[in-house]
Amino acid sequence: MAILVDENTKLLVQGITGSFGARHASLSLDYGTKLVAGVTPGKGGQKFADFVPIFDTVAQAVNETGATASAIFVPPPFAADAILECVDAGVELVVAITEGIPVMDMMRVKEAMKGSKSRLIGPNCPGLVTPGRGEKSHGGCRIGIAPGYIHKRGNVGVVSRSGTLTYEAVWQLTQLGYGQSTCVGIGGDPINGTSHLDVLQMFNEDPETEAIIMIGEIGGTAEVEAARWAKENCKKPIAGFIAGATAPPGRRMGHAGAIVGGEEDTAQAKKRILAECGIAVAETPSDMAKTLLELWGK
Amino acid sequence: MNIHEYQAKELFDRFQVPSPIGKVASTPEEAAAAAKEFAGAKLVIKAQVHAGGRGKGHFKNGFQGGVHLIESPEQAAEFAGKMLNETLVTVQTGEAGKVVRKVMVAEAVDITHEYYLAILMDRSTSRPVIVASTEGGMSIEDVAHNTPEKIIRQFVHPILGLQAYEIRKLAAALNLHGDLAKQFGKLLSNLYKLFISLDCSMLEINPLVTTPDGRVLALDAKFGFDDNSLFRHPEIVAMRDKEEEDPREVAASEYDLNYIGLDGNIACLVNGAGLAMATMDIIKHYGGEPANFLDVGGGASKEQVTAAFKIILGDPNVKGILINIFGGIMDCNVIAEGVIAAAKETGLPIPLVVRLEGNNVEMGKATLKASGLNIVSADTMSDGAQKIVAAVA
Repeated sequence: MAILVDENTKLLVQGITGSFGARHASLSLDYGTKLVAGVTPGKGGQKFADFVPIFDTVAQAVNETGATASAIFVPPPFAADAILECVDAGVELVVAITEGIPVMDMMRVKEAMKGSKSRLIGPNCPGLVTPGRGEKSHGGCRIGIAPGYIHKRGNVGVVSRSGTLTYEAVWQLTQLGYGQSTCVGIGGDPINGTSHLDVLQMFNEDPETEAIIMIGEIGGTAEVEAARWAKENCKKPIAGFIAGATAPPGRRMGHAGAIVGGEEDTAQAKKRILAECGIAVAETPSDMAKTLLELWGK
Repeated sequence: MNIHEYQAKELFDRFQVPSPIGKVASTPEEAAAAAKEFAGAKLVIKAQVHAGGRGKGHFKNGFQGGVHLIESPEQAAEFAGKMLNETLVTVQTGEAGKVVRKVMVAEAVDITHEYYLAILMDRSTSRPVIVASTEGGMSIEDVAHNTPEKIIRQFVHPILGLQAYEIRKLAAALNLHGDLAKQFGKLLSNLYKLFISLDCSMLEINPLVTTPDGRVLALDAKFGFDDNSLFRHPEIVAMRDKEEEDPREVAASEYDLNYIGLDGNIACLVNGAGLAMATMDIIKHYGGEPANFLDVGGGASKEQVTAAFKIILGDPNVKGILINIFGGIMDCNVIAEGVIAAAKETGLPIPLVVRLEGNNVEMGKATLKASGLNIVSADTMSDGAQKIVAAVA
């Protein structure tokens, strides 16, 4: 099962002819992901890696190949348009990797997506991975920029705003012998398509996911909303970590959304609320997997 | 990025948001000319720096106060001469103070009532929110804490924009009637246009005032711009004043490094914003104090690593460095080579602990070991943090 994507998911990549998009499209192919199409306006008719057809529009790519997910690598000024093009073409899962999209663009996109059948992950995110069953998790679905080989097929769901901190958690789990059902990077921007809460709900419903790691950071209240929901509704053990305990207030810490605005969005406040909601909060980022295993009774 | 008061005034004029008349000056002559132009009005001269507490500050030349009432063009020139190119120290500048390059001559407004008015991007609803209060001129955090019922919020539809009835609701809630309500409506409508057109993340007017002669004016403003949108606002980028920023942060921005200076003595160099924050946290957890936040990004080049090293070593407080890299896609050996090249170029006068993980990590560790440099290798984040804290203790 896993959530959102599995080994049969047909993927298209928007911006497949740019260096960033091409590199990660190749890595997804190497991982065994079913990459069926690329989209770059003006380059329709060409091939990527000698066999993946490139189209001018997302609608053409969907009609010709049956792709149901898209990874967006287009530059920030054109990214909002790329997302809306997916919505128009009926793409079910839209994963915006692009960093630096204007917040007002995302505000309008989010409003425009209401009532559509598309789900947006990101932007400014590492994407998501459902590990495969082969060696070094080969054969899974890798959408985005995460390193495939650190994963292992298993039963822990991981959700995070940060890329490298997700890899850290995944690698800790894999080193200790515990695999992942799906790892989702929801992105570090203030307005994003899918929240911690959305992903927790999916993990809760997924029979393959037995335990969850939720990683957050300073800024906003998304982790707190997820934790409060989990307290009442989630049947599975959750470990958490919140980055930014030492961040000075009012400064943007790399991620556009990582800024302390008030009393409730500090790392200390979030950790306290997570713990009150029954989530085991890791003391350091080195202990994320260990903290989960202790709670889980492993 | 922050902007100066006179630049905020320029933006208000462009969008027809009423504010007190005023003019910027770079010389005593210009200040006198401005005072002459506004003759008849009660005037004030204000030092232009990115810091609050100007009125109660002092100049290093002994002159008291960065804000003064002026009574004549001659006095404007005299005060401007004592402020321009001099260093102003306020509660917000620290001991070093800020050099004043410009002054503003502006109308000193008589006030009937002070209000608070702000437009922010609200994350949880993904839409702009207007925040207003009859309790202006003081810290809005205090108002929200002590009298939350006096904070009025109006959410705005992201696509429809601000509606006339929403403005009327706000005016009524602020007890503004008749012509004042009309003026307020026009001001807010133009302010909202400014907020959207210039991709602001925050726009705060504190105070917004009514005057005895029946005007509604934006007296003091604070702007926040969405960094992601600056590519489409070259006129805002041109307002950046690098002299007002931390020189380490200016140097970092030239190499596309995400750097924020802090007060501790353990520097860190990390790939990824979340991991960089977590690295600061774990240094603190083991009893150290982080000297900075530094995210070199997912695809750092040798040049960037070298530049990062130089910035770190340029901070006299730094007594040790922790490098924490999760090289998922990046080859750890390439990073190791970058670190060695940087250390050889800059020298390595203080302890360096390197934690490498990920792609080709064994080779990377071997390269570090073979370099002959005094680099301590660590296996995990906690191992690295403990080693660097011990090394600087």
